[in-house]
Amino acid sequence: MSSSDLAIAVRGVSKSYTIAHNAPNHTTAAEALIHRLRHPLERPAKETFWALKEIDFEVKKGEVVGVIGRNGAGKSTLLKLLSRITEPTTGIIELYGRLGSLLEVGTGFHPELTGRENVYLNGSILGMSRKEIERQFDAIVAFAGVEQFLDTPVKRYSSGMYVRLAFAVAAHLNPEILIVDEVLAVGDAEFQKKCLGAMKDVANSGRTVLFVSHQMQAINSLCSSGIYLDKGRIGYMGDVQTTIQHYMSVRQTQQLATEEIKRPGTGEFRFTGFTTDKGTYLSTDDIHLDMEITCFGQTQPGYFISLEIQNTHGLPVLHLDSRLLNQEYTRTELRRLHLTIRETRLAQGDYRITGVICSTGGVIDRLEGGAEITIAPILPYPTRRNDCAGYAAYYPDFEIEEGPNEETTPRLLVENSAS
Amino acid sequence: MEKTAPTTIKPLVTIRPSTGWAALNLREIWQFKDLLLTLAGRDVKLRYRQTAIGVVWVVLQPLISAIIITFVFSKIANIPSPGTFPYFVFAYAGLLGWQAFSSTLSKASTCLVGNSQLVSKVFFPRLVLPISTVFSTLIDFGVALVVMFALMVWNHVVPTLAILTLPIWLLLILMVAMGVGMLAAAMMVSYRDVQYILPVVISFLQWGSPVGYSVSYVVAKLAPQYHPLYMLNPLSSLFEGLRWSLLGSTAPVPAWGWVGYAVLCAVGVFVWGAFGFKKMERKFADVI
Repeated sequence: MSSSDLAIAVRGVSKSYTIAHNAPNHTTAAEALIHRLRHPLERPAKETFWALKEIDFEVKKGEVVGVIGRNGAGKSTLLKLLSRITEPTTGIIELYGRLGSLLEVGTGFHPELTGRENVYLNGSILGMSRKEIERQFDAIVAFAGVEQFLDTPVKRYSSGMYVRLAFAVAAHLNPEILIVDEVLAVGDAEFQKKCLGAMKDVANSGRTVLFVSHQMQAINSLCSSGIYLDKGRIGYMGDVQTTIQHYMSVRQTQQLATEEIKRPGTGEFRFTGFTTDKGTYLSTDDIHLDMEITCFGQTQPGYFISLEIQNTHGLPVLHLDSRLLNQEYTRTELRRLHLTIRETRLAQGDYRITGVICSTGGVIDRLEGGAEITIAPILPYPTRRNDCAGYAAYYPDFEIEEGPNEETTPRLLVENSAS
Repeated sequence: MEKTAPTTIKPLVTIRPSTGWAALNLREIWQFKDLLLTLAGRDVKLRYRQTAIGVVWVVLQPLISAIIITFVFSKIANIPSPGTFPYFVFAYAGLLGWQAFSSTLSKASTCLVGNSQLVSKVFFPRLVLPISTVFSTLIDFGVALVVMFALMVWNHVVPTLAILTLPIWLLLILMVAMGVGMLAAAMMVSYRDVQYILPVVISFLQWGSPVGYSVSYVVAKLAPQYHPLYMLNPLSSLFEGLRWSLLGSTAPVPAWGWVGYAVLCAVGVFVWGAFGFKKMERKFADVI
């Protein structure tokens, strides 16, 4: 690889923040003031937190790189460093080309200004020149579909229109290196599709793109390579599929505090353990869930359990009730249950598992979103063409067989003509 | 994405941690001139949107202030007009400089906190923000100046050649305002206290500078040992000078020694403000 292919070089970059720990927790201003007067010299304890540590990577021209990682892994910090919003604590970043960044949709939009004025304002904030905006103006407006409301202040826009206009400006940004942070999660499904299409055009136009998203499907279909950030360090770097697999192999655990449970239900039994064996699954994987139920009350003789798997919109897609298996449980001090769901065939996305302990008398414990899982965007089919799967909720096992075929001769359409 | 040998092509941008004082990088600001103008345009457009009489406020604000000042100084305190014109014209001329100063200072000082969304989400040379606030001040000044000329014609005040120095006085006043404003803006990022201190400072300066009265009046009333103390405020000479440039020979002539001092102060404060702002700039996005 010759040096002229380089678009971004990041060498030994770290970024630290100082966080202050405010020990006393005051609920009123008066309380805080009294505390201040009593201890005038008290300084909050400070701690250095490394958001990014010793990051090294290079991006070639025309490469589309997906940056993935859990919340707090340092993705946004990395993008902020690259777009020069904040400075690295150590290290050097070299950019070989004009960089435009899109960390938020509609930055600088002003509610009092009209749609037209906001296009100019937002465009120039994102680094477009006035001429560039003028040239692209019609395309931007057409993309957003707000032609009639151009001279209306955007405070009168519906939130959908607002977001569409904001994204439309961003989609017409034309830098050599583009940095995008989680901006596809806007608008309705129809518009999201359009946004994804716009991003695909950008990715295919030979520009260098760094793309952060939690939507693995978007990462998978847009990016050629990936960087997996884990607690401020590079966990893996390579082709996008392997990067996603690294990301998903990290087991997600959730600690359930036994004391101070403020959950709905009568509380005679509580979930004290609720753990899946992995954080991310393939559609065809079995999901294993370990539950621990502890008895806290005296009177309840027994219970059954009911589990709901909800998608990101909160819609339950699977409902698993122990009564369906003729299972009800008697009172014990501590009960461990192991649930297996075979081949969910769920479509890619994030899901929450909610556990409910019930009796005929009502809800005993409801653990909302006790576990969160992700179904990876890897299709259980022989192809990797994500675009064919659309927005289906399930990936069923199906086949198409060809029957006895007959050659057809082209037929002319019979026109219904009066003459 | 494997490692390569050290590159031979120079990168367009190199990002590294900076320390100490930094250059202002005026060329970069020039590259962002479209943003500068758009932001300035936004401020102007927003000022009087959803107001009933809109731009009339630009005229009304200094007129009402001039009426109050005339009432306090001329009618209650019985200070005589220092020229052949009514006290009202004198007060209005003083307010021209004052309004330019106070509006620049208060707008520049809040430019970062008021645009925190931009600062934390987009890159651009941060100096663009305080600079963009000047434009709406200039427009206000222009409108108020037209009213000033009307007042002069009405009262038969003939301007002298001194009027040619008007832009210089204005520039110096704006430099002081911008210098203090940029420092205040940068400090306000970490300490919102500045937000509360500044209005007090501004109102102190309004009454402590020769806005509603002339320096000669202070000289007459104040013991001589306090005169230098009064003139240490560079605004004293600058406001006096701006008024002199408009009302000519009939207005008090500024003391030129103190004017020289004020010029040095204006340039010094401006340079200090700009570099101080630039030095603190790098932590804006982290702290704001």
